[in-house]
Amino acid sequence: MVEFNLPANSVVKEGKSFSAPADAKNTRSFKIYRFDPDSGDNPRTDTYDIDLDKCGPMVLDALIKIKNEIDATLTFRRSCREGICGSCAMNIDGRNTLACLKPIDDIKGEVKIYPLPHMPVVKDLVPDLSQPYAQLASIEPWLKADSPTPPDGERLQSREERAQLDGLWECILCFSCSTACPSYWWNSDRFLGPAVLLQAYRWLADSRDEYTGERLDALEDPFRLYRCHTIMNCTNTCPKGLNPSLAITEIKKMIAERRA
Amino acid sequence: MSESYKIIDHNYDVVVMGAGGAGLRATLGTVEAGLKTACITKVFPTRSHTVAAQGGIGASLGNMSEDHWQWHMYDTVKGSDWLGDQDAIEYMCRNAVPAVHELEHYGMPFSRTEDGKIYQRPFGGHTRDHGKAPVERACAAADRTGHAMLHTLYQQCLKHKAEFFVEYIALDLIMDDDGTCRGLVAWDLDSGEMHRFNAKMVILASGGYGRAFFSCTSAHTCTGDGHGMVARAGLGLQDMEFVQFHPTGIYGSGCLITEGARGEGGYLTNSEGERFMERYAPTVKDLASRDVVSRGMSQEIRDGRGVGEHGEYIHLHLEHLGSEVLWERLPGITETAKIFAGVDATKEPIPVLPTVHYNMGGIPTNYKGEVLRPTAKDPNAIVKGLMAAGEAACVSVHGANRLGTNSLLDLVVFGRACGMHAAEVVDPKSSFKELKTTDGDEAIARFDRLRWAKGSRPTADIRLEMQRVMQGNCGVFRTAEILKEGKDKLSETAKTLPDVGVSDRSLIWNSDLVETLELENLMTCAAATMNSAEARHESRGAHAHEDYPKRDDETWMKHTIAKVDDAKGYAVDLTYRPVNNFTLTDEVSYIEPKERVY
Repeated sequence: MVEFNLPANSVVKEGKSFSAPADAKNTRSFKIYRFDPDSGDNPRTDTYDIDLDKCGPMVLDALIKIKNEIDATLTFRRSCREGICGSCAMNIDGRNTLACLKPIDDIKGEVKIYPLPHMPVVKDLVPDLSQPYAQLASIEPWLKADSPTPPDGERLQSREERAQLDGLWECILCFSCSTACPSYWWNSDRFLGPAVLLQAYRWLADSRDEYTGERLDALEDPFRLYRCHTIMNCTNTCPKGLNPSLAITEIKKMIAERRA
Repeated sequence: MSESYKIIDHNYDVVVMGAGGAGLRATLGTVEAGLKTACITKVFPTRSHTVAAQGGIGASLGNMSEDHWQWHMYDTVKGSDWLGDQDAIEYMCRNAVPAVHELEHYGMPFSRTEDGKIYQRPFGGHTRDHGKAPVERACAAADRTGHAMLHTLYQQCLKHKAEFFVEYIALDLIMDDDGTCRGLVAWDLDSGEMHRFNAKMVILASGGYGRAFFSCTSAHTCTGDGHGMVARAGLGLQDMEFVQFHPTGIYGSGCLITEGARGEGGYLTNSEGERFMERYAPTVKDLASRDVVSRGMSQEIRDGRGVGEHGEYIHLHLEHLGSEVLWERLPGITETAKIFAGVDATKEPIPVLPTVHYNMGGIPTNYKGEVLRPTAKDPNAIVKGLMAAGEAACVSVHGANRLGTNSLLDLVVFGRACGMHAAEVVDPKSSFKELKTTDGDEAIARFDRLRWAKGSRPTADIRLEMQRVMQGNCGVFRTAEILKEGKDKLSETAKTLPDVGVSDRSLIWNSDLVETLELENLMTCAAATMNSAEARHESRGAHAHEDYPKRDDETWMKHTIAKVDDAKGYAVDLTYRPVNNFTLTDEVSYIEPKERVY
């Protein structure tokens, strides 16, 4: 018999509730996914009512407030708190983004927080990202050139050539995009996903790189590149306003032009 | 011990702790030299705090106007208020140009000039011809230079197949009876296992400790872990009283607005709309060095000329630059201002406040990166098997005040120096000296004690109290009374650490425990900072003591060495070592101290 249900241990159960102090006037509920790797229990969602008058404006501020004042076991990654390190990517209110850049006020009603979708969960909001990291390494994301570099100076690059990298090099590797992509969900073992393809295009677009042919050879594959079906979830969700979908299209165009 | 831990042993020629700019550059160097290297890091490399550096990396390329490394050196010495060691400063400034070219050759996406060279912008304290006027010396990738640099270095490490241990928390150094460093113990967050790294050389590149203060531009992960490990190994920390306040942290959140904003023509005003920096630094105005600008701003606020309902901040104006310049050269901070201050920088000023930003002090090293164990007889004695670089280290190139863009430079120049020196002294063919079975026991005992800590004070409580004391009693302006009070208050707070309570007992991704381990490191740094500051009876660079408003070269031209004893309530023992009053070569002569005016 084919079984269409999820395995029993993956069902998310209702967890604990923590109410706000009695004198709080401006409260909001945060419903947060919890998974304890030691207990063997199912994942659950805990609900924390927070006094927003005593909390910073961003979702990350609320998470830190919960950890500091209510429940120190709540586990999530965070570092720079200004949207440049990419640590605190998670699914907030149904959308992948950075907790540090997401204003609580942008969300109506209960704030639902889950880890990045479709990644193995290590604990609570911490996903295992070793696969996308390995995929990043697989595209050889470094400058490749055989021409000798000037002995006492920089390579020259015109402002127009340099402008080709804008919108590419700013990626912070938070993987909000890859984990929002249905193609990546189904084929993450073989499809590189938008974040890594954006990086691949960053080197194709660099006037200083001399390995365009080899890079395109490595990408020309029904899975690595062509699993992208231009769904555009990547571009819609990118917390830095980048456009991985366009970068992927540019790679496809380069391959098509090479064939022609 | 309440539970035995699974311990995995490793042998590496070199173990690097930290994967920011300095750690990655050191790793790259040792891997290239054929040394078996492990880079241990508590966050994935591109999440290290180097990523947040904005304005540029200093080097006298002269792409925009005439410049020389000797001018850069002069500015750095003057910026340091003569506390910097001039041999190290010469080494850094002389190596700046090749270091930046190397980064470009690695593929770093620098912004470009019309003729295709690396774009440079003016920055605070960087001047042409010994203070005559601001000079364009900051080599920039828009206003995300640290991001560009960190990613580039990580890419190079991938190219060279460097070995990373990601999300490993280093606990403590393993020291021999004769004082040689033999490796370190680390905890793998993902598996919960303990790892003992036996190493011929350990390089600490663990960053600063901004989080000892309440309001800082630093990331949550800047917790002085290397400092704590060094102190627990019985070694001293140098010049910890010198904490840089960046003039332009966003009011409220503390997020950084680069000095490059003023480099591109931005300026500060008070509540009267006056460009007050003209009074404090008549020549270079808003581009004076950071300590000078931060003091100017704080003085304006104290004199009742702050902006805002309670006169609590200062305005930074960029709107006159036009949206085209802002979106091309300062896109990151234009966005940050919108998100964190709700301000459209193309139309209105940004509310800013001096905010803790950088630690000039740290683990004392020489210009090769070797960690020092100064004694009365030999102030330059080294610790065998141990090196340090980056913000964790105090070479000292920044002395009492760091110039903007000199930190990114420090990272690559001294990260590289560590790699070179390790390659020189470590023989990859030599066999590993075996560790004793008991090596690392103390580290694991400390870990176990905190893991099961059942005290009454949550980690976050003690941390907040410590941060408030540091913010209130060790700020931009200091007095004997405020510092004395701070010392007492901090000591009271430190004494409650044995009463800390941890709620999470797991070995897997126990971030409650991580923060508690970090808190001990922060407390070590805080104690060293407060005590060193209280003892220094002069004003120099970032240390502005109102009871001793002048620099006193006769008594205080010396580095503070603070030893912190965590077992004795974080008691601090202070000694001093001389400033190196010589240069590295004969090509430049020692720059004699003089009054510092901008």
